[in-house]
Amino acid sequence: MRREVPLIITSIAGLVFAISFFIPLLGDAQNRFSDWVSIVQSFAVWLGLLNLTKVSLEKITRKREGWQYAILTVVSLVIMLAIGMFDGFSGLAQDPPVSYREPGTNFDWMFRYVYTPLTSTMFAMLAFFVASASYRAFRARNFEATLLLVAGFFVMGGRVPLFDLLIRWFTDYPLFNQFADWIMTYPNTAGQRAIMIGIALGIMSSSLRIILGIERSHVGGQ
Amino acid sequence: MKRPPQKTTRRIVLLALLAIAAFALAVPAQTTDPSEPVADTLLPDTSAITPSQAPAPVPSVTVKDNPNDNGGAIRITWELSPADTAGGLVAGYNVYRADSETGEFRPVADAPSGTAFATDNRVENGKDYYYKVTAYSQYIDAGEDKVQVQSSGQVYGPVQASWQVFNMDRLICLILVLTVSGSIIHFIRKARRGGAIYVRKIGGIDAVEEAVGRATEMGKKIFYIPGIQDMNDVQTIAGIAILGRVAEKAAEYETWLEVPVSKSLVMVTARETMKEAYAKMGRPDNFQENQVHYLTDDQFGYAAAIDGMVVREKPATIFYMGAFFAESLILAETGNAAGAIQIAGTAMPSQLPFFIAACDFTLIGEELFAASAYLSGEPRQLGSLKGQDVGKAIFLILIIVGIIFATLNIYDLSPYIKVGQ
Repeated sequence: MRREVPLIITSIAGLVFAISFFIPLLGDAQNRFSDWVSIVQSFAVWLGLLNLTKVSLEKITRKREGWQYAILTVVSLVIMLAIGMFDGFSGLAQDPPVSYREPGTNFDWMFRYVYTPLTSTMFAMLAFFVASASYRAFRARNFEATLLLVAGFFVMGGRVPLFDLLIRWFTDYPLFNQFADWIMTYPNTAGQRAIMIGIALGIMSSSLRIILGIERSHVGGQ
Repeated sequence: MKRPPQKTTRRIVLLALLAIAAFALAVPAQTTDPSEPVADTLLPDTSAITPSQAPAPVPSVTVKDNPNDNGGAIRITWELSPADTAGGLVAGYNVYRADSETGEFRPVADAPSGTAFATDNRVENGKDYYYKVTAYSQYIDAGEDKVQVQSSGQVYGPVQASWQVFNMDRLICLILVLTVSGSIIHFIRKARRGGAIYVRKIGGIDAVEEAVGRATEMGKKIFYIPGIQDMNDVQTIAGIAILGRVAEKAAEYETWLEVPVSKSLVMVTARETMKEAYAKMGRPDNFQENQVHYLTDDQFGYAAAIDGMVVREKPATIFYMGAFFAESLILAETGNAAGAIQIAGTAMPSQLPFFIAACDFTLIGEELFAASAYLSGEPRQLGSLKGQDVGKAIFLILIIVGIIFATLNIYDLSPYIKVGQ
């Protein structure tokens, strides 16, 4: 039963979602399922929070590798939680009540000046990772890599004004820009669509396996 | 055997020439004179509007039940006001509704200039409604308030909303889905009867055992990253299904497999999957709950935490299976720098190039969904993969026929193939 019940729920939910795409009347049932998912996800946040705390505290008490970082995790968690709760309760006492997320609250300050810069820093690192990955991918070792290099040269050349500025000595026609657009519009779109068709068929096949109960590994079955 | 370099160069040159020729044919000649000033037809000439000047009314309005829905909506379409088509004076359209022809008309929708339709989603099925549409101009008065000058509007109706059993816009889609699903079920049944199923080799999946073996030999960890989406994403489900197979290998080789997750529900599911996999391999005691642990729901926080773990713990193998976004390259490049063997699989087309550049093997799109079936080796699951090929054949034929029809300007098939809104 432990495995059958989730399988039955999965099959019913899967069928309702698939059929409601064609039968508008079932749209409400689909919305209802989506609401349930959101509710379950909201409750599940506590599971994650408790697990993170437990794993971090274990790491600290047993002095496992990187336990210092676990201290930082727990301290950050407690500080953010405390500030959020303080702002939340003190906001409730005000007339009219002020949410802890309103501009000007301590929680908002932490979000703006601690969380956002940290996130931006991680995102900014992407630029350097793109450069190092491109260097490896664009080494002309074989036919495909050389093709990538040539296409990359034209697309990058077309995305910055410098290349078209340089060829102005010969022609006013924005050759690089137009060629980059052509590569992106035709060969690139064709390739992407081929992948998308494969993905759609893969999802269909995968969904059927799950709905029919053939694929069970996600519920701990084989 | 390696291809001679001259031949490769020749092929590249040939391909580049072909691309340039196609580009030259595709780009139309420039006909406009860049020195000529471009007329600004997008912005209305507000200086021409006076409080007493209303735009010409809309010539005609059609009101009918919104098609292919579950009721509760009426579609209102109209011909653009002549003042709108002439360009300039009309700022938008207001749609009013009343319960009777002589009743009070209340605004229910508006639309910007150039738009000739609106949908009223707040009606009851089976009840009579009347509508009128007015065009309006807008000017700023002395107090800097926006003031609308409206045209008159004729009353249209009655009209009733109703629900439809089937969305006819999606008929072709249903036929395609039934055909492909039918072929998948056919091959599953054929496999169940013991029919021979051939599935092509997928390098990335074949490398799973090798990757787990490498970690065992090196005495290092394996990291498995199931993406940043929750369990309601099919890619995450596919990732968890593959995790089950990887966990079997890890249990067999007694190698530490660690799964840091970004969603609580994924943590619970991954834990159950791994527990079953370890039990199946006869090593239930080797599984520890803290092998699967939660980090954070935040995208870059998750990436930062995994990067830190990879840099500190230097795993031998890293799997990325599921839905990834901008964090894909941040993760994969760090793993690459740490010297781990990396196998990735995602159905996010925009992230595939990053994984291909940074990982040793990448499962592209459909291969992610095929991986679990492929690794299971179970005939019924392999049969479902065979059924997919029929779908590919159908799409290939439709694409070729569509290309021929469009190129020869015989017939436009695209309206029939669309899925519909």
